[in-house]
Order: sequence, then structure tokens, then C-alpha cells
Amino acid sequence: MSEKKEKKDRVLSIRDLNISFETATGTINAIRGVRMDLFRGETIAIVGESGSGKSVTVKTIMGIMASNGRIESGSIEYTFTDDDGEVKTVDLTKLSQKEIRYKFNGRHIAMVFQDPMTSLDPTMTIGKQIMEGMLAHLGLSKEEAKKRTLKLLEDVGIDEPQKRFSQYPHQLSGGMRQRVVIAIALACDPDILICDEPTTALDVTIQAKILELIKKLQKEKNISVIYITHDLGVVAKVADYVDVMYAGRIIEKGNIDEIFYDPRHPYTWGLLASMPDTDTSSTRLFAIPGTPPNLLEKIEGDAFAVRNPYALAIDFKVEPPMFNVGGQHRVASWLCDPRAPKVEVPEQLRQRLNRIRKEEANDNI
Amino acid sequence: MTTFNEPLLHVEGLKQHFRITRHYTTKAVDGISFDIYPGETYGLVGESGSGKSTTGRTLIRLYEPTAGKIIFDGRDISGKLSKEDEKYLRTNMQMIFQDPMACLNPRKKVMEIIAQGLEIQHLYKDRNDLENKVYSILEKVGLSREHASRYPQQFSGGQRQRIGIARALVMNPKLVIADEAISALDVSIQAQVVNLMKDLQDELGTTYLFIAHDLSMVKYISDRIGVMHLGHLVETGTTDDIFSNPIHPYTRSLLSAIPKPDPHVEKNRISLSYDKDKEGVDYNAGTIHHVSETHQVLATDEEFERWTAM
Repeated sequence: MSEKKEKKDRVLSIRDLNISFETATGTINAIRGVRMDLFRGETIAIVGESGSGKSVTVKTIMGIMASNGRIESGSIEYTFTDDDGEVKTVDLTKLSQKEIRYKFNGRHIAMVFQDPMTSLDPTMTIGKQIMEGMLAHLGLSKEEAKKRTLKLLEDVGIDEPQKRFSQYPHQLSGGMRQRVVIAIALACDPDILICDEPTTALDVTIQAKILELIKKLQKEKNISVIYITHDLGVVAKVADYVDVMYAGRIIEKGNIDEIFYDPRHPYTWGLLASMPDTDTSSTRLFAIPGTPPNLLEKIEGDAFAVRNPYALAIDFKVEPPMFNVGGQHRVASWLCDPRAPKVEVPEQLRQRLNRIRKEEANDNI
Repeated sequence: MTTFNEPLLHVEGLKQHFRITRHYTTKAVDGISFDIYPGETYGLVGESGSGKSTTGRTLIRLYEPTAGKIIFDGRDISGKLSKEDEKYLRTNMQMIFQDPMACLNPRKKVMEIIAQGLEIQHLYKDRNDLENKVYSILEKVGLSREHASRYPQQFSGGQRQRIGIARALVMNPKLVIADEAISALDVSIQAQVVNLMKDLQDELGTTYLFIAHDLSMVKYISDRIGVMHLGHLVETGTTDDIFSNPIHPYTRSLLSAIPKPDPHVEKNRISLSYDKDKEGVDYNAGTIHHVSETHQVLATDEEFERWTAM
């Protein structure tokens, strides 16, 4: 996106991550070989259905994985500037949860959760909750922390910060509460902000405002953001890069234009086509048949094959590798193999893409 | 079959107030009127707290309406219900709830859950007839016979919502109220369930009241739409009226907030905001203004002129 081809600042690099959970009914392979890079100031969106492993991935980065989870292999390398101004790289998978919690959570990597009702402490004033991290991590005095908190409340668009400072969460509306949660996340100037479905619990009108706010703050503070969502409208609004996850694997990744205007994986087609846009006039929605796979069972071949109307014979036998289809676009589907037969994008999606292309051509004239 | 001009459900000046303390009453629904015609889908949209769910629950008489009239298929069901009217209401109006995890009794098998309504209303000849009715509705919603002997927790979210739909439709109702029936489901499953509801409507001619906050889905499924805000129905019209010619600033702000799966549009879009107090809109002062035969807006004369001029 920048004119110069300068080397971008890598903040986070995940390689071959495999995570499994031990349950009463057997071992669940929740994450199967995830690879991801995050650069300073950029936004990645991880898209997928529930159970696709998107939350597990970020919870591992935060070191808050459930206790029955085990990292089988892989690394999560995080590069940061420590308090003495030295640039350091650590592998988060090698640290204990306690170490991550004391040194990184909140200070370097912060998270905004889905539901502001449950992620705020109802018995503590808003000011106190925002100050908590500053006092613990930055060693500020109470006065300094209060000054910073009032400034933060203003930054996140809460008016009368003085009054709000001593109020309790229940005295605020849902949108205001989510703003407080964002203020808490930003209290210690983190490098990485992880947003786990930050707007699903909010109304559409408020949703847009919160996303715009996160975008504005991201620009001001030059932080990297990871979004987890299943809402492609949200992704379209915020992301630079998109990773589509299915059954614990990233099945398609690329920059936002590649994913939205030139999707290659049948699952991405399905996701895009099943979202009604307001210009759709057809009488039936495109639906992906079936349900997500049970990860308790060993997956043979492509996990999506059974729901995939375009599946080839090989899809049921061998898991597809990541094919490079040009640019930053990678797709894990045998359809991208040069030997595969040519298939057409579903009718509805093709119409929409054509319409968008036409509009774009008109805009350029 | 009733003629098309005869509404299946006629709501007039419906109010639902909840007394919280001696000095404070929540006016969840504050005087709304609308009609639903047989065979159509009426979408009710609005933000949380706008009173759309309360409206649905009052219509099916989970609450005692504070004031107003509800005429369902020619019967007044707003006052105290006679035994006969109650039976009529309980068989002919059904509800699909939001959370398929919470609305199915975990201790009952699917067979018992779906058959319960029929049993209570004695709508079967013998045990065999009852079971056949359940099997046939299960097949209609895309599940199989074997599923009848399982418990709810053995199903996925989408399948559970199908059970919820089957439970509503087994009574062969005239009106189904779907209260946020798809918002708890995954995107790909949402499309499956909406398609199913549409197919069943084509087959059985059921009328739907579809309550939701997701406008793009509402547009897709509804014939007519009512927009609610703070207990008032601020605008109502055909889907086309609402989407191509929105009048009320609240409707406009809702429409401008619909996310689109198109990054170029989405990145440059700034959503409109609407603040009732800043705009000086008083819902209680407004009266119904007709934009066209099918399209009505709640506004004062002055507001109506200002908004239509925009």
C-alpha cells in the first residue's frame, strides 16, 4: 500500500501452529497448521464459522487458552521494543501462561471481547477499570493514571469523561460500554489489538461507529489489529488482509481485494454468496449445504469436500496444499491445481462481482 | 380462504407498558398500528430496545396488552380470552424463538417437544396419527425420522432451529412470529434456515411476522416492512418503499448502516447518525402521513414536509 518498497515492520509471525484439545470424548485437532504474519499498522481479519478455530488462534496468542488445550507444534514469534528500547523477539508458545499474563497481556497485546456486558466488572467504576492496567504495567502514579484515563475516555468518544470516570458499567448503554472496553485495551499503548467479534452484540447503527472508532485509533497510534468475525461486511470495512479459516486450517488468504473481488475457494464463494446484499433481487439465497465437520474424527483429504459441490475425487483423499495464485493470494483447494477442471463461480456471486466491476468502471470514467 | 383485502392480523393503537416502580413506567410499545395480510411476510425491524420483540410477545399474548386492539382472523384477542378464543389463538399463532439452545427442553426428546402442542390441544386421532404428524413435519424441515428419538443437545445450532420451526409448523398455524430466528446462527446456516422458511411458506401458505435487526435479511424475506424506534412504528411500507424511498431519518440511518460485502464501498462509507432529541422529533406529536397508498410515515406536518423535501 505504501509507495516505497521499504521493509515492513513484522510484529507477529505464526508458523505451523497445531493445537489440540483433550476432551472426554477424545482429542480435538482444533488448529491444523496455521501460518500468519502481522505487520505494524496493518489489519488482518480472520473469518470463519463457529468452531473453525479462529478464537483458539488468538487465545493462544494471548496465552488464555483453555487448560485442556495443548500446543502440539509451531511457533508464535512476537517482536517488540522493551522498556529499555531494545528490540526483542520472543516465542510466545515457549512461555508459560503466567509469564504472558504478567509481561505481555494488556501491556503489549490487548484484546476487545465480544460482549461488553460480561467483559466489564460490574462492581468497579469505569475509571478504576481503565486505570488498573496502567498502574500494574506502567507503574504510573494515581494522578498520572487518572489524567491519562480522562484523555483516553475522550479519545474513544465518551463525553463528560469526568462524570463517566466514577460511574459503573450498568449506567452506560451497550455502545458506550464497548467504548470503555476499547479504552481499557488501549490503556497501555499496546502493539497489537485483538478484536474478537467486537460488534456482534451491538446494533447495526452503533456497530459502524465502533468500527470507525477502532480504525481511527489504529491510525493515530499505529497499532496492528487482528479482527475475528464471521460478518463479511465488517471485514470489508476494516481489513487489509483476510484469512479464511475452515476446520482449523486457513483455506484462503490474501489482501482484501483479492478475497472480495477474486475469491477462489468454494467455501469463500459460499460465504460471500450466502450474505444477502441489498441489491440482490434473486428469490433464493445461496446456502452452503451441510454443517461444519466434527473435529473429533480424523479428517481425510479436504475437510470441506463433503459440503463442496465442486469437490474433485482427490479432495476426499489428499489434503490440498497452499497454491500460490499470484500476488499475496494463497488458496488451499485442488481446484487451483493446473490439472484441475475449470469451474465457474456460482451464478449469484458472479452477478454481484460483475455489477461491482461495472460500477467501478463507471466511477473511473 | 379469506379475501386478500381482509387482514389476517389487525393491530390498532397497541400499547404495552411495564410498571417498574410507582413513579416510573417503561413504555416498551407506545401506540402502534399495522396490518398483516394472509400469505405475506411482514418484517419488523429496529434497534434493541425499540420494542419489536415486545410487540411479538404481546401479539401472541405472552403479555397483557395495556391498551389497543388486536384482531386476529376476525377475533378480538386483546382483552380477556374466552376458552374458545384462547384455543384458537394457541393453535393458529405460533412462535419461533431466537436462541435454539435455550428454547428447547433439554430433558425431552424431539418427538415429545414437537408433539406437545398437538397433545395439549388434542389435535390427533391416536398415537399413530400423532407420530406420523411429527415425522412428516420433520421431513419437511429437512430432518429425518431417526432424529425424533434424540435429545436437543445432540443437534447443531442450525438443526435445533429446524426443530423450533417444526414445533411451530406442526400446529398448522395461520401466523408464525419469528423473533430474531436466525441471528444466533452462523452465516452459512442462516441462509439455509431462511431458504427453508421461504420454501415452507410457498408450500403451506403460512403468514410470517419476521422480527429482526439485520436489514439485509429482512429485505430478502419480507414483502412489507415496519420500522420501530422507541416503541413507535416510525415508518411502514412495502420492501421497495422502505429501501428505495426511505422518508424517516431513523430509517435512513438504519439503511446507511447495513454492511456491504464490498470493500471499496465499505471503506469510504460514513454511516448517517440519528439522534431523536437533536433533530427535535417528538413521536407523540406525530401522526401518520401517507407517502403513497402502501407507504406511511409517523411525523408532524412540518417534519413530513422537511423530510420529503430532502
